[in-house]
Amino acid sequence: MNNPENIEADDLPDSRGHFGNYGGRFVSETLMLPLQELETAYLQCRNDESFRQQLQQDLRDYVGRPSSLYYAERLSEQVGGARIFLKREDLNHTGAHKINNTVGQALVALRMGKTRIIAETGAGQHGVATATVAARLGLECVVYMGVDDIKRQALNVYRMRLLGAEVVGVDSGSCTLKDAMNEAMRDWVANVDTTFYIIGTVAGPHPYPMMVRDFQTVIGEEAREQMQRQHGQLPDAVVACVGGGSNAIGMFHSFLGDDGVRIYGVEAGGDGIETGRHAAPLGAGEPGVLHGNRTYLMQDEDGQIIETHSISAGLDYPGVGPEHAWLKDSGRVDYVAVTDDQAMAAFHQLTLTEGIMPALESSHAMAYAVELAAGMKPDQAVLVCLSGRGDKDVHTVAALQGIEV
Amino acid sequence: MPATRIGARFTKNQAAGKKTLITFITCGDPDLETSLMLMRKLVDAGVDIIELGVPFSDPMADGPVIQKASERALAHHVSVGDVLALVRQFRQQDSDTPVVLMGYLNPIEHKGYEGFADEAVAAGVDGVLTVDMSLEESANYREVMNGAGLDTVFLVAPTSGADRSQKIATASSGFVYYVAVKGVTGGARADFVEVAEKVGTLQKQSTTPVAVGFGISNPQDAAQIAEFADAVVVGSAIIKQIEEQPGAAGIEAATELVRQIRQAMDE
Repeated sequence: MNNPENIEADDLPDSRGHFGNYGGRFVSETLMLPLQELETAYLQCRNDESFRQQLQQDLRDYVGRPSSLYYAERLSEQVGGARIFLKREDLNHTGAHKINNTVGQALVALRMGKTRIIAETGAGQHGVATATVAARLGLECVVYMGVDDIKRQALNVYRMRLLGAEVVGVDSGSCTLKDAMNEAMRDWVANVDTTFYIIGTVAGPHPYPMMVRDFQTVIGEEAREQMQRQHGQLPDAVVACVGGGSNAIGMFHSFLGDDGVRIYGVEAGGDGIETGRHAAPLGAGEPGVLHGNRTYLMQDEDGQIIETHSISAGLDYPGVGPEHAWLKDSGRVDYVAVTDDQAMAAFHQLTLTEGIMPALESSHAMAYAVELAAGMKPDQAVLVCLSGRGDKDVHTVAALQGIEV
Repeated sequence: MPATRIGARFTKNQAAGKKTLITFITCGDPDLETSLMLMRKLVDAGVDIIELGVPFSDPMADGPVIQKASERALAHHVSVGDVLALVRQFRQQDSDTPVVLMGYLNPIEHKGYEGFADEAVAAGVDGVLTVDMSLEESANYREVMNGAGLDTVFLVAPTSGADRSQKIATASSGFVYYVAVKGVTGGARADFVEVAEKVGTLQKQSTTPVAVGFGISNPQDAAQIAEFADAVVVGSAIIKQIEEQPGAAGIEAATELVRQIRQAMDE
């Protein structure tokens, strides 16, 4: 057993993909070689100057980085506490942080000579970001999506099809993100020679949690520098929503060594943790093994994975990245939950005060940030990762208000 | 670790010049009574070892047939405890046929390795095959399972290199399971020439018997595999019979298929 307090975050994962007791590589044997090949290829890319230059150029010219840091002045005044800063990942190409990772993994895929890309998606943001890079590079693309999510996210399904991707409905299990991930794994196992699997979050078997994190840390690196430049100092608190946890890891990493910065990960509280209808494995789950890694999971007394609930399809996942599990146990990050209703209120509040419509995922981070800021002083600052824009959620919001658009 | 029922069965078959037939069924599909009846009938039809599938909500390595079987079992909450209770019942009439529990890690992890191993041995289980337990992660798992007297069966895949295959065969006890195809259970038929070559290498690398499974669905294929492998595993093809014809008719159809496979292997 590793004592989390004695490990530096920068050293993780270890060579076998472990973050303390979490992470690792729990897959059927057929996938072990492809995962080793991927790890080798990725580590070569990471140390290769020409790869880094290409990635930086793509992030600048194609994604539109750096994304801006915005001081939400009216919102801060309305809340009446700390100053609230938004890291605007919603301004990226395709409207969310997901593209940071798909651009990176697609470059790795090209270097490995793979011609076919597969992905899983829940809300459709990662699917769209994958279909986008596949279109740009001329690669075949298949996206697996639960049939329930296909119904909830029709707009993104159509976007993926416009981008030339094949969207395959998954009708097994709970017909949502976790089942889409199962199906993508089954595709990969049958087509390992030609196919690159772009996982959209910091979960899955090693090296995915490490690789996706590395591609997302640009969020926090930029934000840390921008805070110092625009605010004159580091924030007092950093807040991000956590489903699988890729935007959160990307934001948190640069601040883990800053002892004065409190860090909060916000899970989906759904109808409330006490109702059992939520998607908060860190807050109310237990460690277990799913999708290739050991982490906190929502599971029943028999070790079966249970259905989650969140108004936000992107947070509707029973697991969480293993590095978050480790950060929770280490005490460095506080994981909290926000209900559907609180997230909806934050969605409307930000839209009305700042003219920024956040994704329902990001609305969870906003809800907690607003609550936190209210109890802080005006010379303090809260940095929020605004991970995506809310256009995709307009139908959901309208339906809640009984309006058909 | 003393020879288990699995080792004894292989030794006995080898002495008789007979290949070993292993069948997979999902426990509790569609109910526990059917599974128990099926296990007994399969033994009567000539099955040597029963792989009993522990249903899991997220069977990543399985094709549609076993996925649906798992869902049917989970519809009435078949748990690890129920599976062990069923093995205990089976053992009341059969103290001879080895039973291997096959499934995914989380239900075992949730119970705790020690608790699971002790209860499994007490129920009469002989081995475990945990699909998503990789060799790299398995040190503690093997120590606990083997320590309790359970064989640990691991998979070797077409993608496993020679060095790795040797390590897996060494870590395996009872038998080592060669996955004939890149893909999920119940999928395409393998290239048997390639399979024979890989199995030959494995047999040279270790003394652990080699079973071949994935995509073997009929007597002809089983007989062909039995020419070079120590054991043949059939799963989805049997479950399909249960799925297509509920009740006694399905059990009879599954049993008949196994009878034919046994016959073809013995010819």
